[in-house]
Amino acid sequence: MSDVTNEGGRDSALLRFLWRAVKLLATVALTFLGLLVVTFLIGRVVPVDPVLAVIGDRASQSVYDRVFIELGLDRPLYEQFWIYLQKVLSGDFGESFLTKRSISDDLARVFPATMELATVAILIGTIFGIPLGVWAAVRQGKFVDQFVRVFGLIGYSAPIFWLGLLGLLVFYARLQWVAGPGRIDISFEYAFTNKTGLMLLDTALQGQWAAFRNVVSHIILPAGLLGYFSMAYISRMTRSFMLNELAQEYVITARVKGVPEWRIIWVHALRNAAVPLVTVVALSYANLLEGSVLTETVFAWPGLGQYLTNSLQNADMNAVLGGTLVIGGIFVGLNLLSDLLYSTLDPRVRRQS
Amino acid sequence: MLHSRRLLAATVAAFALFSAPVVYAETPADTLIQAWAIDDIISLDPAEIFEFTASEIAGNSYEGLIGYDPADVSKIFGKVAESWEVAPDGLSITFKIKPGRTFASGNPITAEDVVFSLTRAVKLDKSPAFILTQFGLNAENVDEMVVATGPDTVQFKMDKAYAPTLVLYCLTATVGFVVDKKLVMEHEVDGDFGYNWLKTNYAGSGPFSIREWRANEVVVMERNANYSGDAPAMARVIYRHIPEGATQRLLLEQGDIDIARSLTAEELDAVRANADLKIQEGPKGSIYYLGLNQKNEFLSKPEVRQAMKYLVDYAAISDTIMKGKVNVHQAFLPIGFLGALDETPFSLDVAKAKELLTAAGLPDGFTITMDTRNTPEITGIAQAIQQTMAEAGVKMELIPGDGQQTLTKYRARNHDIYIGRWGPDYQDPHTNADTFARNPDNADDATSKPLAWRNAWDIPEMTKKADAAVLEADPAKRAEMYIELQKESQQTSPFVIMFQEIEVSAMRSNVNGFIVGPSFNDNSFAHVTK
Repeated sequence: MSDVTNEGGRDSALLRFLWRAVKLLATVALTFLGLLVVTFLIGRVVPVDPVLAVIGDRASQSVYDRVFIELGLDRPLYEQFWIYLQKVLSGDFGESFLTKRSISDDLARVFPATMELATVAILIGTIFGIPLGVWAAVRQGKFVDQFVRVFGLIGYSAPIFWLGLLGLLVFYARLQWVAGPGRIDISFEYAFTNKTGLMLLDTALQGQWAAFRNVVSHIILPAGLLGYFSMAYISRMTRSFMLNELAQEYVITARVKGVPEWRIIWVHALRNAAVPLVTVVALSYANLLEGSVLTETVFAWPGLGQYLTNSLQNADMNAVLGGTLVIGGIFVGLNLLSDLLYSTLDPRVRRQS
Repeated sequence: MLHSRRLLAATVAAFALFSAPVVYAETPADTLIQAWAIDDIISLDPAEIFEFTASEIAGNSYEGLIGYDPADVSKIFGKVAESWEVAPDGLSITFKIKPGRTFASGNPITAEDVVFSLTRAVKLDKSPAFILTQFGLNAENVDEMVVATGPDTVQFKMDKAYAPTLVLYCLTATVGFVVDKKLVMEHEVDGDFGYNWLKTNYAGSGPFSIREWRANEVVVMERNANYSGDAPAMARVIYRHIPEGATQRLLLEQGDIDIARSLTAEELDAVRANADLKIQEGPKGSIYYLGLNQKNEFLSKPEVRQAMKYLVDYAAISDTIMKGKVNVHQAFLPIGFLGALDETPFSLDVAKAKELLTAAGLPDGFTITMDTRNTPEITGIAQAIQQTMAEAGVKMELIPGDGQQTLTKYRARNHDIYIGRWGPDYQDPHTNADTFARNPDNADDATSKPLAWRNAWDIPEMTKKADAAVLEADPAKRAEMYIELQKESQQTSPFVIMFQEIEVSAMRSNVNGFIVGPSFNDNSFAHVTK
């Protein structure tokens, strides 16, 4: 009898799991469809003639008319969208008319550049941001707290364009601690094979340590700058989560029990604050992965931000739609990941699921 | 207290480091590195190339039948061609191909390659194809119009007896560059003449070959070992995409690049003051102008058009905002072209402008908009004009927009005033006369939409004069015809022509031999040494 019940339980658990998976897939699919529809419509509303981006300003009217038809712009809007959607579903994102390459190739080239920068930046932001936030919370109202707040405020309010140029002027031009704009020096450009698009990884895996050091010296300034921005946000949020935790009764209980203060802060309280922090860090990371067009412009970083801005300004809609899908994918993926981490970090969430 | 002492110590230390002697980096001795905004490149196929950067790259990696001396464009010489002869009836030109020359691939350059390149450009019919098709060529007849009459001779036929210099100059444009037929056709897919391959690859015979183009990132060129001329000193020429002028300047000062191509007037001032750097200038064919839409009730009055020409402070703009980057120029043919007019009858004269406005029945001025591309320089010029216009009561509202956005509006004739920059397509005066002084059909659905059309300027008589100039074989008479056209246009046209562009590059002082020509495909680094 008990066996039967157990099997029934397993079946319903499996069904529940399947149902959840279907629901999740449907949500993801709808999110992407919504993204595509909105981006597609924006692309058609932008007062830019996409034909001009293909043929420039000088072509004859006959060339213009031919390209207009080639781009399918003579068809009704829903038909254009339907054709695009069919292609996307078969894995064809089309060709960029600015770079004359397939969107997949372009994204495979620009996205790793942004991802590398964003990953280093979020590491810097997290490694410095969380301890600073904790420290500020523990020393609430003291000098350290004020310092962290002002430091964070500067990071949050100063224009990144200006900070970037200033950073280059000081650390590259004057102090010469770091290398200049770009991802790598020309002399190292062909010293290794580009396999993943992530230069730090490629150079390290191929044992090209001189090139690796060069890549580090190029990435450290822009990543430090973006990291500073994320750090400002992460430290502010950590501080407020920690203040909340430190006021809880379990902290008082621990103190009464004589648990050392460092343990209360770094183990008990931080562990609980970590749950909402995961979302904060994940969202900061997602924002960085979108690519920062200003940072990329100042640092001549061939990333997603510059690519998308340039494409949008020229109404290169295949590129814009492809890029939007990637960004959508990042947000969906990171949200799922933080949900998973939630259940690892918080036993209550685990039990519910 | 302790904190502030530490802070002070740290600040002092930081300043000490700031004043530490600076060690400059250096680019490799056999590599020329340039910083430029290269995001305008949309193709590397000569049949499609039309943008500044790509033109320059093609000019250094491909060769045309003929070329001209950038210092004196009237000196035309053979490149792929050894000699040429215009038929007595003026309806064809026969080119003799230089023997024994090869493409970078090692394939010989033959008459067949020349025929292939020209017919291919006409059949592909990309943006610059009109430069060739204006001689009566089209996809159907081009196989009869451009033919190899022998193993080393090519005949180029036309529908009319055009001025020979016009035809020759058109053949110096990138669309006439010779491509390696054998190599290109190895990559042909579905009758595309190898276009899908060549748009990102290379099949030429110039001093450099194109190794790689990574869009918005870098173009790498290498010395062409099979080049038939003198081998360039540089083994490698690299363009880095550095969109920001301030960043370019930092890189140049540090010695991480050799040439910075797009610095602003302010940054150029800083370069002039630096002994390690120098400036090189060359007049370009581009002109800056205002287009006044004749569909606008105010702008269509002749007196208002005239008044607008007195409401621009030409001297102040060229001396401050555009310092060193433009010369005042007020006719549609740039200096350096056959028949160019260097008279500058207009200067800021508010009183005269007010007189003209009163004569037009608008003593209190009027309100108008100007579509303005949101680059710092165009915006700067536009704001200066806005101020001087206001002095005569013309209230001008600036509508900023991205390049493509303002252009879209301009091409649809939906603007009041458009501030533009126009570069010639080839070295013959017809290129600008064709757009500023010709408007065969002013209807909204016209098949030809030159600048005169975009500003709804209906000029049947002037169009006839411009057409006649194309068929005049005597250069002196032809020059006279263009001067007359420009004088008339200068006074009556809806174009406030203001400046001719000077291309200014900043470079390390050890860089020599960089040639800045009138068009971007004339810019050459084949003779650069460092």
